[in-house]
Amino acid sequence: MSILVNKDTRLLVQGFTGSQGTLHSEQSISYGTNIVGGVTPGKGGNTHLDRPVFNTVEEAVKEVEPNASLIFVPAKFCKNSIIEAAEANIKLIVCITEGIPTLDMLEVKKTVDKLGVRLIGPNCPGVITPGEAKLGIMPGDIHLAGSIGIISRSGTLTYEAVKQTTDIGLGQSSCVGIGGDPIPGSSFVDILKLFEDDKKTEAIVMVGEIGGNAEETAAEYIRDNISKPVVSYIAGQTAPVGKRMGHAGAIIAGGKGTAKDKIEKLKKCGVHIADNLVSIGEKVSEVL
Amino acid sequence: MNLHEYQGKQLFAEYNIPISKGKVIFSPDEVIDACNEIGGTKWVVKTQVHAGGRGKSGGVELVDSPEKALEFSKKWIAKRLVTYQTDSKGQLVNSILIEECTEIKSELYLSAVVDRESQKIVFIGSSEGGVNIEDVAKNYPDKIIYQAVEFKDKNLADQSIDIANVLKLNDDQTKQFIPMIENLLRLFVENDLSLLEINPLVIDDNGDLLCLDAKINIDSNALFRQPKINDMYDETQEDPQEAEAAYNDLSYVSLDGNIGCMVNGAGLAMGTMDTIKYFGGNPANFLDVGGTATQERVTKAFKIILRDPEVKVVLVNIFGGIVRCDLIAEGVIAAIKDVDIKIPVVVRLEGNNAELGAEILLNSNIRIISINDLAEAAKKSVELAK
Repeated sequence: MSILVNKDTRLLVQGFTGSQGTLHSEQSISYGTNIVGGVTPGKGGNTHLDRPVFNTVEEAVKEVEPNASLIFVPAKFCKNSIIEAAEANIKLIVCITEGIPTLDMLEVKKTVDKLGVRLIGPNCPGVITPGEAKLGIMPGDIHLAGSIGIISRSGTLTYEAVKQTTDIGLGQSSCVGIGGDPIPGSSFVDILKLFEDDKKTEAIVMVGEIGGNAEETAAEYIRDNISKPVVSYIAGQTAPVGKRMGHAGAIIAGGKGTAKDKIEKLKKCGVHIADNLVSIGEKVSEVL
Repeated sequence: MNLHEYQGKQLFAEYNIPISKGKVIFSPDEVIDACNEIGGTKWVVKTQVHAGGRGKSGGVELVDSPEKALEFSKKWIAKRLVTYQTDSKGQLVNSILIEECTEIKSELYLSAVVDRESQKIVFIGSSEGGVNIEDVAKNYPDKIIYQAVEFKDKNLADQSIDIANVLKLNDDQTKQFIPMIENLLRLFVENDLSLLEINPLVIDDNGDLLCLDAKINIDSNALFRQPKINDMYDETQEDPQEAEAAYNDLSYVSLDGNIGCMVNGAGLAMGTMDTIKYFGGNPANFLDVGGTATQERVTKAFKIILRDPEVKVVLVNIFGGIVRCDLIAEGVIAAIKDVDIKIPVVVRLEGNNAELGAEILLNSNIRIISINDLAEAAKKSVELAK
């Protein structure tokens, strides 16, 4: 078992023939992911990486029956691409692109919610189930099929958590980067639910950061609904107030969204805190 | 991206949102004419900087003659204003907004933000204006309304009335308020705002609504489709290193420690700062060199970090994902040679081909301390910075 993606995932890549789309599709294919085709408007009818290219998602759905889509198109076109995939009835969409305007995301979120589509990202590394399918830009070889579910708002921090859980031999059931934007397609809570129901997942690592209150909301949800042990690390304990720390969503505004508040709330709700980036793996072995 | 008050008010005027009669000046030479053009006998003169707390710091004054306005402009133009929201250097004053003086009956508060929780645009209104809204929220939560709205929604007028009631507006004022909310929302959506704050929104001696201040933040991700707003960018209001970094597409925030940090990924960059602090050191900056960490980007990043004279050591922390660590190592070596760095550089490479990367660093014959373990690398940096 795993969450979201597995051996049965039939993946469509939007922005397939671009440089990012090509590079990461190649890596996904060599990892063993079943990419059934791609979409690049104007290039329909061609073949790329031995897969068919379509002009629209609708055409691709008719021809190759994908059940998930991975998006690499430039930020200014992402709103339309996500909505196009959702309206073509693809139920899992993973958007890697960074820099989508927030007001576009408000519209996207309303649409995917209405259509019952699960959106992961944007501005995220993607989703991987080690040994089965890789939908994103994460390095495949640091992963190990195993029992820890990982959720994170940051790309490279996810890799740290992955590496540490691989090093201690526990490995990962699935890893989900929900992205660093203020309006993410899926929240910590959405993914926590999936890990709770997944038999293979024995513990969950939740990597958060400053800004917003997603970690606080997740803390209450964990207290009330999650029976598995949860280890959390929160980045940005030394971040100054009012400055955007790279990610659009990583900002302490009006005194809210500090790492300290998040850590206190998580502790109160029974979440195990890794007080340092380098001690995530250690903390996981401690609680299992 | 932030706008100046006068730029925000230019937008307000375009959207028929009521503001005082006023004029912005960039040189003392323009002051007398501006006062005469506005007319009246009293004027409010306001320094234009990207920071709040101007009034308490002498950056806003009420004057009763054009000469006093001139005096104020001579005192402030090309000087730096320090407020509780700026750093100790303050913000450069390039312009002054001169406005007619308004007799105020009462001060209210109105703002709009993209709310992460409801995933909607939310208007925040309060009958308590002119003060810090966070304090009102804490002390008088019943005097604040949070109203989620949607553009072109038929319920908007009813929602505006709900806000007007909390603001204790009378019937006439509510009639002005309903189109005002609609116009503010249109302004918000059409210009890709992330924050709009009017503090205070006032009722003047005629009983009319008037926006005395305008604070606007624009979603930087949307600037590609906002050319007019893009032209309003005032780089003198930004930290010079941060502005240079942004120009080079690097994400940089200057801090007050002495350990320079160069990291790939925003989350890991924050995590690296935290790790330095955890082991007793102080980071000099946040810097996300980006996913690819090419030689060109690493070189630019080194240059920006080293412009800070406090930096005693640089910690490079790269988690090689798709990009192989041996290539990153070669990039780091070339960058160090190019920039001619005199202080120690600690490099931690992890991920794809990390061992080969470390070997290349070791054999490079330049002063690089290569440490594979992040905790050890952070400890070493802290020790070298002392």
